[in-house]
Amino acid sequence: MISAPDVVAFTKEEEYEEEPYNEPALPEEYSVPLFPFASQGANPWSKLSGAKFSRDFILISEFSEQVGPQPLLTIPNDTKVFGTFDLNYFSLRIMSVDYQASFVGHPPGSAYPKLNFVEDSKVVLGDSKEGAFAYVHHLTLYDLEARGFVRPFCMAYISADQHKIMQQFQELSAEFSKASECLKTGNRKAFAGELEKKLKDLDYTRTVLHTETEIQKKANDKGFYSSQAIEKANELASVEKSIIEHQDLLKQIRSYPHRKLKGSPLCSGETEHTQDQASQAATTSNPDESADPDLYTCRPAYTPKLIKAKSTKCFDKKLKTLEELCDTEYFTQTLAQLSHIEHMFRGDLCYLLTSQIDRALLKQQHITNFLFEDFAEVDDRVAEKEESAPPRPVPGRPPSRSLEECPIPQVLISVGSYKSSVESVPIKMEQELGDEYREAEVTEVSSFDPQENLDFLDTDMKGSISSGESIEVLGTEKSTPVLPKSDSQTSLTVPLSPQVVRSKAVSHRTISEDSIEVLSTCPSEALIPDDFKASYPSAINEEESYADDSEGAIHFQASVSPPELGEAEEGSLENPLSQIDSSCCIGKESDSLRVPLSTPAHTPSEQDGVVSIPPQRCMQKDQGFRVDFAVENASPSRDNSSEGFPADELDPNRLLASRDASKTSLDNCSDTTSNMSSVASTSSDRTPSSAHPTGPSSERHKKRAGQNALKFIRQYPFAHPAIYSLLSGRTLVVLGEDEAIVRKLVTALSIFVPSHSRFAKPVKHWVSSPLHIMDFQKWKLIGLQRVASPAGAGTLHALSRYSRYTSVLDLDNKALRCPLYRGTLVPRLADHRTQIKRGSTYYLHVQSMLTQLCSKAFLYAFCHHLHLPAHDKETEEVVASRQASFLKLNLGLVNEDVKVVQYLAELLKLHYTQEAPGTSHPTLRFDYVPSFLYKI
Amino acid sequence: MLRWLIGGGREPQGLAEKSPLQTIGEEQTQNPYTELLVLKAHHDIVRFLVQLDEYRFASAGDDGIVVVWNAQTGEKLLELNGHTQKITALITFPSLEACEEKNQLILTTSADRTVILWDCDTGRQVRKVSCFQSTVKCLIVLQRLNVWLSGGNDLCVWNQKLDLLCKTSHLSDTVIFRLVAPTEESLEWNILEIKRLLDHQDNILSLVNVNDVSFVTGSHVGEMIIWDILDWTVQACECNFWDPSPQLDTQQEIKLCQKPNDISIHHFTWDEENVFAAVGRGLYVYNLHMKRVIACQKCAHDSNVLHIAKLPNRQLISCSEDGSVRIWELREKQQLAAEPVPTGFFNMWGFGRVNKQASQPVKKQQENAPPCSLELIGDLIGHSSSVEMFLYFEDHGLVTCSADHLIILWKNGERESGLRSLKLFQKLEENGDLYLAV
Repeated sequence: MISAPDVVAFTKEEEYEEEPYNEPALPEEYSVPLFPFASQGANPWSKLSGAKFSRDFILISEFSEQVGPQPLLTIPNDTKVFGTFDLNYFSLRIMSVDYQASFVGHPPGSAYPKLNFVEDSKVVLGDSKEGAFAYVHHLTLYDLEARGFVRPFCMAYISADQHKIMQQFQELSAEFSKASECLKTGNRKAFAGELEKKLKDLDYTRTVLHTETEIQKKANDKGFYSSQAIEKANELASVEKSIIEHQDLLKQIRSYPHRKLKGSPLCSGETEHTQDQASQAATTSNPDESADPDLYTCRPAYTPKLIKAKSTKCFDKKLKTLEELCDTEYFTQTLAQLSHIEHMFRGDLCYLLTSQIDRALLKQQHITNFLFEDFAEVDDRVAEKEESAPPRPVPGRPPSRSLEECPIPQVLISVGSYKSSVESVPIKMEQELGDEYREAEVTEVSSFDPQENLDFLDTDMKGSISSGESIEVLGTEKSTPVLPKSDSQTSLTVPLSPQVVRSKAVSHRTISEDSIEVLSTCPSEALIPDDFKASYPSAINEEESYADDSEGAIHFQASVSPPELGEAEEGSLENPLSQIDSSCCIGKESDSLRVPLSTPAHTPSEQDGVVSIPPQRCMQKDQGFRVDFAVENASPSRDNSSEGFPADELDPNRLLASRDASKTSLDNCSDTTSNMSSVASTSSDRTPSSAHPTGPSSERHKKRAGQNALKFIRQYPFAHPAIYSLLSGRTLVVLGEDEAIVRKLVTALSIFVPSHSRFAKPVKHWVSSPLHIMDFQKWKLIGLQRVASPAGAGTLHALSRYSRYTSVLDLDNKALRCPLYRGTLVPRLADHRTQIKRGSTYYLHVQSMLTQLCSKAFLYAFCHHLHLPAHDKETEEVVASRQASFLKLNLGLVNEDVKVVQYLAELLKLHYTQEAPGTSHPTLRFDYVPSFLYKI
Repeated sequence: MLRWLIGGGREPQGLAEKSPLQTIGEEQTQNPYTELLVLKAHHDIVRFLVQLDEYRFASAGDDGIVVVWNAQTGEKLLELNGHTQKITALITFPSLEACEEKNQLILTTSADRTVILWDCDTGRQVRKVSCFQSTVKCLIVLQRLNVWLSGGNDLCVWNQKLDLLCKTSHLSDTVIFRLVAPTEESLEWNILEIKRLLDHQDNILSLVNVNDVSFVTGSHVGEMIIWDILDWTVQACECNFWDPSPQLDTQQEIKLCQKPNDISIHHFTWDEENVFAAVGRGLYVYNLHMKRVIACQKCAHDSNVLHIAKLPNRQLISCSEDGSVRIWELREKQQLAAEPVPTGFFNMWGFGRVNKQASQPVKKQQENAPPCSLELIGDLIGHSSSVEMFLYFEDHGLVTCSADHLIILWKNGERESGLRSLKLFQKLEENGDLYLAV
């Protein structure tokens, strides 16, 4: 696992207070914004910037045609989560930005009502007063009884951390799209069923009316029609018309996939996936090609009923609930997906980012990562995902987030700045990227006639000027001290936008449906070209209601990449007015950024057409690393680390602290005597608001394992040879009487055991029967019961018989019998004087060390010239000496470290060449080396 | 010092007191077998191994099944089920000359009194013979005559098509020695008893044909007789040469105090000049030219040596009932005696055991002065029960089978590592990953 503990150092509060601008340069992808309230002594993880809810949640709202915006449900469905947060008010907010207003009804020139297959819109908005920021996903569902057959809904991911919303936009969008797709598919199914029912009703009604008319005709042969008869005839005619209309609707809804999605510019994996989905939907739902009886047939046991004329469109009828609008199966799947989303984005932003980088990097090393990575956990995650995923509507879903598909350099860039989405000015991107982006902007802009939008642009401009805010977030983000809440509420309830604007917005949406409606971050709107502004007419339009006085509000810095984000935030807090002037703002930022990681000209770059790219960024990044290493080396525990290792040793890992804190109480193995406990206790007062996205068991397992391993290293002076045994593939037998103690230590030491395949670690926690040769082939770490009775003699006899294959750690006698170790690798891995205090930190330290080791093993195993003779006459000795010199000189391995790398290389070779990995156990490799007895 | 590891401390020390078993520490620089693979398919004692070709071997045992293995990968290729009782003999059967099928055939016989001819490539039974009166105990193929013989209570001669050519019915196990020469008399096969060799005093356990002129027999009481193959006369006889101190008068006592098992000759192997005998727990090298024992290891194992084999590089491998396999090297002795080492010094430091073993052969050599010595260069410990047999592959290492139902494939770790690398790059090349477009 790759960790980025540097971020911790960067956010360390004390250091910040002492020397606010003296942090060492950090590689940008590791840096996170400084906590804005650090100066107030607030705990960054306690309660996020005064939000009224304790953690992120998902809100589903509807703009009801009867009662207006209303919240429907939250995920998790727990009042504790959102606390005093006003859901009604926020629903109103988020629904009011739904300007897409999918037009349904009788369009001019069309005889029948037409269904509009509108795309979902994705919006980010913030409410600084509420301390809430939301990703809002609008969608429309069909309802036969609703006005225009549509019901607007939205799903919102609400978080107190706006950066999280901004930076995770791509992921949120992808995940919510899945949920929305699922919901809409279910809705279409339900709608089709509804239509069919309605058609049957109508058909029945027509028959009844027809017979009635016939009867009347027969009964009345006077040659003229009674008014009653005429009425009946009219009714019949309207029913006929209605039938045709409904048939047309049914046809439309069934032909949906053909009209849908002309390849939206999502990221590659996503596009594929959507297309898959679309194609599958096409095959399943197109009645012409293959009528799926499952999807669009209504229940056979439906008895049609008579439809009263003029019964439609009455406002006192009860509208269908969301559940009724959607097929049950799909509805539950949607809910599962939503709770999955909630689970996935839980926790602090930097944690999310780190784990994303982590996973993306892990993907890169798919050849070696089976060795030490905890795949049980990953598999759990995938399985859980698979489980919660709607299987039918989303058949080809990628097993993990789309980000993981990206190659690593892209990740490093895109973590901070998503091209064409969140960030409008990609200061950290390559030249081409920026240009490309600009081009995209330009084309978008050119599709607009600025003149048309002049009127509301004007008002908006006024608003912007008066507010003097540097950043305009789409829509509703206002709530200033000046503007009372009730005011904003009332102003919001009034439909603000003229219809013209709305339709405009729709057309715009179809052009760039995937772009975020977050406005660019122009410090002063004098720099905004008019046509550029015009490309976000609706957003600006929404803005006008509060535009007059929003000074001092917290703004989105949409275009600012993560490191600057925090800085900018700082700046705005310290002196909000300073940002009115763009140059001032820039100056401030460049001031605050002591290390010139990037040129601060991010905003003007858009205007003057010069995308300023610092080409030396890479170099700077390296420097950042080097500085970091220097610090590491300065610490006493790092004295022999020549390569430097960016693990956090200086600082208790605060990122993980919050996650660990929640589990400290659970951890029955936590050692009160060790000095970790103090940290644990101090961190326990941190609220568990930012929970971790992984399963609690694995996280807890990691922490416990790390803690116990740390304890082992401190407690036993011979920990190094024991760990060397594990790393070199020599089975370590932990002998003891007490099962709990043995199990604990085995679990702890298992973090050092290389796996043979990605399915299970070769670790046996507890055995009481005599060991067999098969056990040594199968297990590399065994907990063995010591039995005092004569029955135990067999166990010990077997142990001594196979002593050449094992190292034996006797817990009862505190002794170890194993080969000598004189390398330098394990001391770095397991330093008993280490400053690391927390188990999870140590776990990460071990993981990153082992990742380094893996890369060495990979290099060794896959270097062609090392293993094959260069020509026919070359003897094996020459090859062997070449290998030895490579290991020693190129990889810098000494003594027994060579064997570790060789063993790992063997495992890599086996794993790579195996047809079906994990099917067989590798051969038992051993060395005839003498063992020594270590005793405390 | 090692007492905390109870077993580890106790066992070698106890043995050291009891017998001068030569042991080798954990440091075995000359032992090439640094990798093992446990093969599990049998449910009972595995007694027989036979090499089929350069990469396959078959195993058979008391569970009545024959398993064909890949010696390189340890992959189980075939399982031949046909016998209902334990298998008593297993032999490769040379495929018929000018035969349409080139498949490797094996003959197995079992306590269910059947002989089955198997095809080792397809796993099918080619033929089955079940007309035996008694269990067939051994099988031999005389390729020169294109016949095979089965021996039990009677001796039968069969041709390639499994037709019975002739049989003797009067043979019984009590006969000390029989020599059967199936002579061809124009049309019909017959077995004539030519001579009975009655020089052994007890049951003959082993017999090998050493070269064109002689063969060797060994008996339960430790007599080894070298016979002339043409006139069946005794060329040489060694009755008590395994006794390092030949004291004729005390021989009876020795016999009494020793279990007869301890001196019975279980197995022979030979090369051009030497006959290697597994005698009780010891190993002896008898030089045919010098007509004397040139090297011996009286206590080569803890228990009876069951099988020995000579490797090309002057190495000898032995396996024993004690579950271990040992690798020996026959070395010329440079000097007759080593300096006697004061043992007390080492004993003080707990190394007495090692020293005792070293001093024991020294004394022996001084008395008897065998010109060579058998040096232990490695032992293979893996089986938990007696190692019944082993098979040496030039390219793939050693296969051992044992009463613990397991077969272990011992491999040269370095060579395997190289092979794996080769395989890795082959696979890389197949996948097209080796030459990336630059």
